[in-house]
Amino acid sequence: MRRGVTIAALLLLTLAATAGAVEPRERLADPVLEARARALSKELRCLVCQNESIDDSNADLAHDLRVLLRERIAGGDSDAQALQFIVTRYGEFVLLQPPIAPATYALWFGPPAVLALGAVGVLLYLRRRRTTAVEPAPLTEAERRRLTQLLKDEA
Amino acid sequence: MRRLLYLLPVALFLVLIAYFALALRPGRDPATLPSALIDKPAPDFDLAGLAGAQGLSRAALGGHPAIVNFFASWCAPCHAEHPLLMRLAEQQHVPLFGVAYKDKPEEAARFLAQLGDPYRRVGLDQSGRVGIDFGVYGVPETYLIDGAGHIRYRHVGPLTADALERELLPRLKEIGG
Repeated sequence: MRRGVTIAALLLLTLAATAGAVEPRERLADPVLEARARALSKELRCLVCQNESIDDSNADLAHDLRVLLRERIAGGDSDAQALQFIVTRYGEFVLLQPPIAPATYALWFGPPAVLALGAVGVLLYLRRRRTTAVEPAPLTEAERRRLTQLLKDEA
Repeated sequence: MRRLLYLLPVALFLVLIAYFALALRPGRDPATLPSALIDKPAPDFDLAGLAGAQGLSRAALGGHPAIVNFFASWCAPCHAEHPLLMRLAEQQHVPLFGVAYKDKPEEAARFLAQLGDPYRRVGLDQSGRVGIDFGVYGVPETYLIDGAGHIRYRHVGPLTADALERELLPRLKEIGG
């Protein structure tokens, strides 16, 4: 029984390691290079499916790009060089995470800016409310006498 | 001043509406990507030809404007655009070159034998590597290359009469083809 569980766990582990669309014959023999290639291919968009990485996609082009990426890495490219090789051909859109550059400032800093703007608005609003919500002026002596008179009449 | 501040959300809303209208305008396909190689030199390549015929290389494009069309016999949209390419080859003087993308030589040859061959030369890109160098992500794709060998325009998907009249031919005229 325990052995069965162990085997099942091991099988599940191998499944986790091979998930994605990478086929065994695509893989590099060197596990270090293969790990780098896997990490890079998760960052690259499959241009056929456009919301999948080439690591996940079964498209033909994704397969070709995975093989190409591995060739570049096995040939001694650094991660940045291998990515750049594909970016020069397909444009920055292939990067699933857009780089921080002037053209993408609005994308990266827009949402925090809107949030900050909202926070400033809320702060101003709260501050104004506090200052305008003044304590009512205390009653004058005459008013107080009238109040007690009225309450007495009520009773 | 205060009143203007109240109009701010309305203004923002109008900006959003304008943005959406632009993104949703008819005829715009959000999946179509601009080529990363526009106004850059066409990649260097040298492909074998179909049985017995001359192959295609960058040098063979010559020093004048040319059209390079990536096609494949297995690609249905390529069948769809084929009559248009035949017409283009007949009516225009611009040289039209073909790259058989990830196609078997005999099937590419059969495709051209059955439907007609509009190309001056055809190169066989069986590995798809030249396609990757051009940034091809789905055949058919059509590239306009100027006399200096720079890519000036790319059309993704089957050419239509409309795309030809409005996009490709005006640009061809612009570069003197």
